[in-house]
Amino acid sequence: MTRLLGQLLRSREIGIFAAFVIVVVVATSINPNFVFSRDGWRDLLLTPTMLILVAVGGAIVIITRNVDLSVGSVVGLSAYLCGRLFIDLPGIPVIAVFAICMAFGAVLGFVNGVLSAYGKVPSLVITLGTMYAYRGVAVLWAGSNRINASDMPDSFLSLGTSSLLTIPYLTIVCLVVVLALGRYLHNRRAGREYYAIGSDPEAAELYGLKVRQRILVAFVISGALAGLAGVLFAARYGTSNSQTGLGLELMAVGAAVIGGVAIFGGSGTVYGAAIGAMLLMTINRALPIVHIQDFWQQAVVGALIVGAIVLDRALALRLRRRLVVERDDDPPVVDKPDPATTAAGQGSTEGAAS
Amino acid sequence: MTPQHEQADSPLLEMRGVAKSFGPVVALASADLTVMPGSIHAVVGENGAGKSTLIKIIAGVYRRDHGEVRLRGAEVDFRSTAESKAAGVAVIYQEPTLFPDLSVLENIFMGRQPVGRFGRIDRKAMRAEATAILDRLGLAIDLDRPAAGLSIADQQIIEITKAISLDARLLIMDEPTAALSGVEVEHLFAIARSLRDEGRGVVFISHRFNEVFEICDTITVMRDGRYISTDPTAAVTEDEIVRRMVGREVTDLFPKLPATVGDVLLTVEQLDSPGVFHDISFQVRSGEIVALAGLVGAGRSEIARAIFGVDRYTAGRVTLAGVPVPPGDPAGAMAAGLALVPEDRRKQGLLLQATVARNATLAIRGSLSRGGLLRNSAENDAARRWAATLRLKTSALDALAGTLSGGNQQKVVLGKWLATEPKVLIIDEPTRGIDVGTKAEVHRLISHLAGQGMGILMISSELPEVLGMADRLLVVREGRITAEIDRADATAENVMYSATHSEGVRA
Repeated sequence: MTRLLGQLLRSREIGIFAAFVIVVVVATSINPNFVFSRDGWRDLLLTPTMLILVAVGGAIVIITRNVDLSVGSVVGLSAYLCGRLFIDLPGIPVIAVFAICMAFGAVLGFVNGVLSAYGKVPSLVITLGTMYAYRGVAVLWAGSNRINASDMPDSFLSLGTSSLLTIPYLTIVCLVVVLALGRYLHNRRAGREYYAIGSDPEAAELYGLKVRQRILVAFVISGALAGLAGVLFAARYGTSNSQTGLGLELMAVGAAVIGGVAIFGGSGTVYGAAIGAMLLMTINRALPIVHIQDFWQQAVVGALIVGAIVLDRALALRLRRRLVVERDDDPPVVDKPDPATTAAGQGSTEGAAS
Repeated sequence: MTPQHEQADSPLLEMRGVAKSFGPVVALASADLTVMPGSIHAVVGENGAGKSTLIKIIAGVYRRDHGEVRLRGAEVDFRSTAESKAAGVAVIYQEPTLFPDLSVLENIFMGRQPVGRFGRIDRKAMRAEATAILDRLGLAIDLDRPAAGLSIADQQIIEITKAISLDARLLIMDEPTAALSGVEVEHLFAIARSLRDEGRGVVFISHRFNEVFEICDTITVMRDGRYISTDPTAAVTEDEIVRRMVGREVTDLFPKLPATVGDVLLTVEQLDSPGVFHDISFQVRSGEIVALAGLVGAGRSEIARAIFGVDRYTAGRVTLAGVPVPPGDPAGAMAAGLALVPEDRRKQGLLLQATVARNATLAIRGSLSRGGLLRNSAENDAARRWAATLRLKTSALDALAGTLSGGNQQKVVLGKWLATEPKVLIIDEPTRGIDVGTKAEVHRLISHLAGQGMGILMISSELPEVLGMADRLLVVREGRITAEIDRADATAENVMYSATHSEGVRA
């Protein structure tokens, strides 16, 4: 197991984390306050939390060879719902608000999941539709209203700013979620089946996996996490309106892809997606410090995403070409008395057997 | 994994009168199969005899329309592959079904990983079990590498390991040796024998008779979706089996018109594509129908695609009437006078959402347009001309191509390519999935085209079609041309023999 874990971490996640560290170091060397001030440290950990949650949920959906474009709208609805709950039900416990908003997000995700998994319509189209539909509901519901900090209790708002041992509470919540999902994907049958389904949906059917049910659950998880992200938004910024979370869905997909989640499913980890989200948000915050104009920041993010996809594609093609040529030159034999011929390509074919 | 020996006298699997149709196409008319425990049972038959359909019914991929299936005496009707697995049936398909992104170990146990407390996957137990099975079989494979890029042999190791870890009582192998080398085949046979000796039943589907006779104790022959015979291997000869597989007269269903064979049009010289085909050389003359015969997967379609420039080749050259056909350039091949009617009409030849008229004129839109604009009337005129030649109802010109029958779809695709007025037409499985009446029409059309001086290269897996239509047969086996047989000398037996034996034709 440690071997497998090592393998998983060696690849993309480490590289992206290194990039994250470099960004932080460069920004800090120009302006030490980037890390070495109370606000700087807090923002470093706090700002990415929302994106991390939706990126991680999105990653699970992408791993099954689907995509969830509605998360930004779900975040908006959930953030507004969160404020409404405090206004309409004075004295409601904070924990209940968390639970209700997550459940609400899960229901919206369930709608996506049912339509995508059972309706046999590509999820790209379905969630593009629900993205607009959910946003429409938010506009209808909130109108031009805005939830203000004064509408929400202090006990809730302090969650957004206070911390435990200098680590903000919201970051801890986020960390727990990422670790729990990471273990779920790695150690559960259901988790492994997401990868199988994304890797080859037809083979998954032949294996007798419950393909539709799994895809549905992936969407529910994504929705619930977007619901949670909405609450985090309200706690952090003390405000929300009908436009909250606009554009977040594409950043989530971008973060997942940068973090090594293959856009066609089957590979990648939630850790990668989370680190990708941190990198994206941190770059956004670091660019003004190194005096790069606003206007270029979008381009940098775009270049990162394109670069990540091109890199993935190039690596995959190279690997495939190598393996095909190898197979033709030297057909791997069932049991190999002569290790010299295997060494060329099979790597450690002998390792597992004797 | 405790081998409980079945009672040797009661069958493991019994199938009686099993039938399956897909729309109007009857894949299986009436199939019987009885497999005893501790036996290796061969199922042989031509392409399209219904073997794969039969297997998919046992595996729960398809559900039968009629008939009876008993597993260890109990009537079964599997609705999913999960159910058949649970009942102890494991199938190794011709094309292994693996998850390329996942490790070998995960592929073996996907969906039924051993779990510890709280549902946590027990990877140690997984590894231990896989290693134990591999050791027992004397196999070696890296459990941690991803399945992507594994050779077929290695993929089959995974499938076999999977089957054994399931403790399958019945193991079905669909052409497992097609992509294996000699040593690998020997090893696979050793495994099959040891599984048999453990009292399991093995069903072995193969086109290689020497292998069938080497390891199988019983042979069942199928033809045209029907059961023909079952015999102990010792009681039959290869010739007898081939005769039963072919078993029908070539009738006048194929109205081959006499055509004057003229100059060489298409010349293919030493075409080579690593891992796909090797050293392919032949010629097609004006007015001649040359057939590429052989089994499905022998590499015939790939050769055609390479000639037309859809796929690349690493060596060799193609010329058409003395002019080189550029490699990897279908538009160039079309300009040179080649046309390819592909095998999979739905994917490669037809816009299902467009009307018949648009489909028919698709390949000649450039020449129909005036100043870059394409008028409906020009399109319709051209389409009407071809509809007449092809005996396609002109009222159908406005119909969407996707709504036509298979036969009419094929005619539309043919019309599309004929509109380019090619010198040589390559046509891949012209009558697959087409009803008998339309088949004859397609054959008449092909023959008519040859009569007009077109060179035809036809790929077909149907022996009667090949024998009835072709002036000359090139038999392809595993990416090489193994025999060239003239129309006069061609018999179902010698073609089938060349398609399944590496030694070439017998007298």
